[in-house]
Amino acid sequence: MPEVQIRKRVFLVEEIFHEGGPVAPKPQRRAAALVVVRNPYAGGYVEKIEGFMDDLKPLGLEMAQSLVTALGGDPKVVEGYGKGAIVGSAGELEHGALWHVPGGYGMREVLGGAKAIVASTKKVGGPGTRLDIPITHINASYVRSHFDAMEVGIADAPRADEILLALVMTTGARVHARVGGLKASEIKGEDGLR
Amino acid sequence: MTAHIQANSRAKIRKIATFVEEISTEMGKKVDPPTRRAAAVAVIENPYAGQYVEDLSELMTIGEELGELLTERAVAALGILGPSAESYGKAAAVGENGELEHAAAILHPKLGTPVRRVLGKGAALIPSSKKRGGLGVVLDIPLGHKDAAFVRSHFDGMEVRISDAPRANEIMVAIAVTDSGRPLPRVGGLSKDQIKGEDGLR
Repeated sequence: MPEVQIRKRVFLVEEIFHEGGPVAPKPQRRAAALVVVRNPYAGGYVEKIEGFMDDLKPLGLEMAQSLVTALGGDPKVVEGYGKGAIVGSAGELEHGALWHVPGGYGMREVLGGAKAIVASTKKVGGPGTRLDIPITHINASYVRSHFDAMEVGIADAPRADEILLALVMTTGARVHARVGGLKASEIKGEDGLR
Repeated sequence: MTAHIQANSRAKIRKIATFVEEISTEMGKKVDPPTRRAAAVAVIENPYAGQYVEDLSELMTIGEELGELLTERAVAALGILGPSAESYGKAAAVGENGELEHAAAILHPKLGTPVRRVLGKGAALIPSSKKRGGLGVVLDIPLGHKDAAFVRSHFDGMEVRISDAPRANEIMVAIAVTDSGRPLPRVGGLSKDQIKGEDGLR
C-alpha cells in the first residue's frame, strides 16, 4: 500500500466584504486547503490504483477539518463546497480521479452528512497551473446563489511526480447574489438537488 | 471584527486574503520542523485612481492602518505570537488607473511602525516590491530576517495573487511573515544564532 508523502501544505482564506455594491452585513468567506503529495504511480501505466483512495482518506479528513478550523471552527457555518486535483506531468488524469472518494468523504464526515454531490474538477499540468474549483451548496446542488468558484494554484507545484489535492469550503452565497433561482431558504433537502 | 474593520477604517477594503504555506519535505528529505510562512493581502479602493494628486497623505495613513491589520492577520494565520516571527516582507500592486507612487505611499512612510509593534521588534529594513498590473497579477513579496538583514538562510520570497484583483481603481497590499527561513538552507553566510541585532544588518 503506497504511503502518502506530503511535500507541502498551503492554506488560502478569502474574506469578501463587497464587490462594488453594499457592504455585506456578514462577509462571505472562502477557504481552500491544498496539499502536494507524491504520485505513487508517476512514470508508467499502472492498472490497479484504487488502493490509494483508502490511503488518502485520513488526509481528506484532516484537510476538511482544517478548513472548518480556518472558517472559525463551527461546521454549521459551511454552506458551499468543492474539490479538485492537479496531476503533475508524469501522471495521468485518472490519478486525479483518486481524490473523488477521499476528498468527498472527508468533507461529508466533518460537515455531518452534507447531501449534495461535491462539485469537482481536475487536470494534468505543470508547476504553477491554476485550477478553478467549482463550488455548490452542500445540501442542494441547484441553489443558484451558491454557484461559485475559487481559483487556486501553487507556484512550484505540482512537480512531474506529484499531485496537488484541493478542498474548498465557503460560508455563504456570492456577495451580491441576485439572479434568482432556488434559494437556500427553500431547500427541501431530500435528494441533494433541491 | 470584520464589521469593525469596515466601520472604523480609512481604507475601503473589498476583500482580504490570507495564504499559509508549510513545507515538510524537499527532494525527498524531511524538513523538520517544517518551514512556515504566511501572507495577508488586502484589496482596497485607490482614492487617487484616474488622476494626478500631489499630496498622497491619505494613502500613507491607509498604509499605517493596513500595517497593523495585515501583520496581525499573518501572525494569526501562522498561529504564533508576533515576537516569534523570524522574517518579513511587504509588497503592493496598483491597478491600471493608479501610479507606482501610490504603492510607495502605502508601503514606505508609515506602514513599518505598526508591523514592528505587532512583531515586538524588527531592526532590519522590511524588504519590499511593488508594481502596477491587472487582475490576477503575481506579486512576489521579498523576505528577509526581521532583526538582521544579512541572515542568509532567511533571504526568500513568497508569491501571492488574487484572480480578481487589483481592478483598475484598486490596490493590493501584502505583508508576509514567517517563523523560519528557507527549507534546508546550506549556502553559508550569517546564521540567525549569530545575530547581534544592533544595526538591523548583522
